[in-house]
Amino acid sequence: MNSPASPDQDWPLFEVFIRSRAGLEHKHVGSLHAADARMAVEHARDVYTRRQEGVSIWVVRSSDITASDPAEADALFEPARDKVYRHPTFYAIPDEVKNL
Amino acid sequence: MCHIIRMYTQALDTPGRDCGPAPDTAALEARFQERVDADEKIEPKDWMPEGYRQTLIRQISQHAHSEIVGMLPEGNWITRAPSLRRKAVLIAKVQDEGGHGMYLYSAAETLGISRARMLEQLLAGTAKYSSIFNYPTLTWADVGAIGWLVDGAAIMNQIPLCRCSYGPYARAMVRICKEESFHQRQGFEIMLALSRGSAQQRAMAQDALNRWWWPSIMMFGPSDGQSKHTEQSMRWKIKRFTNDELRQRFIDTTVPQADFLGLLVPDPKLRWNESTEHYEFGEIDWQEFQSVLKGNGPCNRERLEARRSAHDQGAWVREAAAAHALKQQARAQSTTTTRSSGEAA
Repeated sequence: MNSPASPDQDWPLFEVFIRSRAGLEHKHVGSLHAADARMAVEHARDVYTRRQEGVSIWVVRSSDITASDPAEADALFEPARDKVYRHPTFYAIPDEVKNL
Repeated sequence: MCHIIRMYTQALDTPGRDCGPAPDTAALEARFQERVDADEKIEPKDWMPEGYRQTLIRQISQHAHSEIVGMLPEGNWITRAPSLRRKAVLIAKVQDEGGHGMYLYSAAETLGISRARMLEQLLAGTAKYSSIFNYPTLTWADVGAIGWLVDGAAIMNQIPLCRCSYGPYARAMVRICKEESFHQRQGFEIMLALSRGSAQQRAMAQDALNRWWWPSIMMFGPSDGQSKHTEQSMRWKIKRFTNDELRQRFIDTTVPQADFLGLLVPDPKLRWNESTEHYEFGEIDWQEFQSVLKGNGPCNRERLEARRSAHDQGAWVREAAAAHALKQQARAQSTTTTRSSGEAA
């Protein structure tokens, strides 16, 4: 469990995700400090949805996020680089064939 | 540091991940500049020169402080706004400024400085914020002039920052610029109402313009020749236009608006130059600018005292929230323990 807030330091950092309307995914919009998750939701409402930008809010402690390392991005994403056959344009189909 | 090393030794990477000697900084800097030149965005975990990081921390935190201190001169008029509509609008505007401060502190934090540290610098008086907020708001017309001129100048400054090379700052600025446009329009609306009102109201509007014009022009900062950060910041694409370019653009767009209001811009040297298609304007009193920046403006002390007292008076709220979070966490843990021991039994 993460250590809770202490009054002398910043409250823990939360990442905020907002669903702008039903049918769309939650999207990362930024971060904020809050003593706990409930306060983070309330602050997220005030900081990120003052103009009806959302219908739903997710918050997650920043320290709970595992991210890929940008310095290793080349190695991490390299396997997809030479697999052009995963795209439909890779395949040559005669013009007279329709609906493909 | 580990990030940097790994980029070059990923094939040999071991679980121990020992950081060896620093790689060639010049090569890293060249690669960084290439990315910036290609208009790639720099993100928090990417390698960046220390100077770039420090410049951004300075600029973004000053910007954040300006938003927070900027709440004070306008907050002064919330209780005395002339109608319920004006009051609701002003509250919304001041709340926006607070929100903008939050976006910006978050952006600065991605560079490795804590918000607590930035607030500490503000309250200690060691951090700078926009000199404009050290002028007093004497009449209701000042609220109009601030929205129209101060927010107008801020927008002029901020729109190019939406394309800044540092991703988190650029994203914060996009959000801020979207919200800021109502600030300027509501200010102009106040000035319009006053300038179409009684002789006394017109005089009030003119007086506000007289006092806010020059400080607004100074908001763009020292002239290009005197600005020590401009050249490097432009190379790093933190800045897209020079102070003088933005100032000229602001004057060119604002003077016709003053004409529309029937108000007189307090600059006897102001005149339209047909050949350059720009306004020429008088000498700026840089001594005043420097003096306000150094802490000797009309309200520097008052502003910092107001921030300090708000911080001190809010201490019990922060303590209570932290205690509550602790209690909730302890309660959640003891419930889990009870449940699992119950299962064991």
